[in-house]
Amino acid sequence: MLPFDFDYYKPASLKEAIDLYQSKARNREKSMFISGGTELITLGRINLVHTEAVIDLKDIAECKVMQFEGDYLVFGSTLTLTKIEETNLFPLLTKTASEVADHTSRGKITLGGNICAQIFYRETVLPFLLADSQVMIVGPDGVKVAPINDIFKEQLQLKNGEFLVQLATDKRFIEAPYISIKRRQQWDTGYPLITVAALKMGEEVRVALSGLCPFPFRSKKVEDSLNNREWPINDRVDAALAELPRPILNDVEGSSDYRLFVLRNLLHDVLEGLGASF
Amino acid sequence: MKTQIIDLHVNGNLRTVTVRSADTLLYAIRGKLGLTGAKPGCLNGDCGACTVNVDGWPMKSCLMLAIEAVGKNVTTIEGLKNTPIQQAFIENFAFQCGYCTPGFIMNCHSLILKHPDADDATIKEWLESNICRCTGYTEIEKAVKSVLEKN
Repeated sequence: MLPFDFDYYKPASLKEAIDLYQSKARNREKSMFISGGTELITLGRINLVHTEAVIDLKDIAECKVMQFEGDYLVFGSTLTLTKIEETNLFPLLTKTASEVADHTSRGKITLGGNICAQIFYRETVLPFLLADSQVMIVGPDGVKVAPINDIFKEQLQLKNGEFLVQLATDKRFIEAPYISIKRRQQWDTGYPLITVAALKMGEEVRVALSGLCPFPFRSKKVEDSLNNREWPINDRVDAALAELPRPILNDVEGSSDYRLFVLRNLLHDVLEGLGASF
Repeated sequence: MKTQIIDLHVNGNLRTVTVRSADTLLYAIRGKLGLTGAKPGCLNGDCGACTVNVDGWPMKSCLMLAIEAVGKNVTTIEGLKNTPIQQAFIENFAFQCGYCTPGFIMNCHSLILKHPDADDATIKEWLESNICRCTGYTEIEKAVKSVLEKN
């Protein structure tokens, strides 16, 4: 139960959702798009989210697709993580998504909701950053398709009234060797310390991280260091650590130094696991 | 206060309730329908004490708005009658204080229906969604495995 009231709408089309948002904006009412809505509830409960209207996208057909279209695999933004896991069309995404929250919660948490979340982990974006996926966004200006690496800067850059509809990923990346590892403070449950996802395309290793900084990221500089085969592996990892964005998180889950210690080992695991450590 | 009248399918019955859009399903089934089997715990989606079944899948009812449940089939612990997993919980002493029990049973019930041949990894993955503060995990595991083995 949330401590504030809002109007609830469940539009059946993209246009209806956009029109609703604009109509509320004209009346100076704050609206929020949701799909799973878990963050509305968990953050709203403690007054970290407030809205006057909720626009629930989960009935919109374009947001529910999960299919191959030509050479691309398309995921709708309102698919639950459980549905993505059970179907398992993109194994790296399955593995990364399966470490989010817990199984029951993943039946409510959606792909778009996780990628656009306020909570900084947003792990399900990692496979799409690695796979140079395309994102489809709609808003008052119509449909926009853009490479995710152009439009995801710490978070998905959405303008007012825009929302994520689909992500499309080239098959070549879906079939590539991958690794996804999540480290927690203790055992197999609890909040994440660091999540690393990696893909190997040819001889090149791609790495994306969540839980290290207050945003998920993929860094070309980090990857260039890891892929510099003129250096021994320890030097490659050292150079990669020197190229990390800042700040490094320092919180109850782990100090900055501890996170860097864990990451150093994770990067070794990734390079060895993908056969790139020689 | 912004309220609306909605129809909920709960335990095979159509129930009409007046809710705020901001009311969770947990609040509605307990406070409006008097079905107090689903327990309020963390109210944050962490503990699983409020787990019910929505269209065959486990759902933490604190993470769902009542209004989102319109058109779906909701089953609470009160809707289960003499199921194998309930009997197995008794036979395996799979509870102590009992507060987490309805949530565990609803999750186990869904697991058995969705994955009647569930392996250890699947059982662990599903049951990590619930917390037992009495740490009765071994007995709960025995209970769910005893039903799966009968399958």
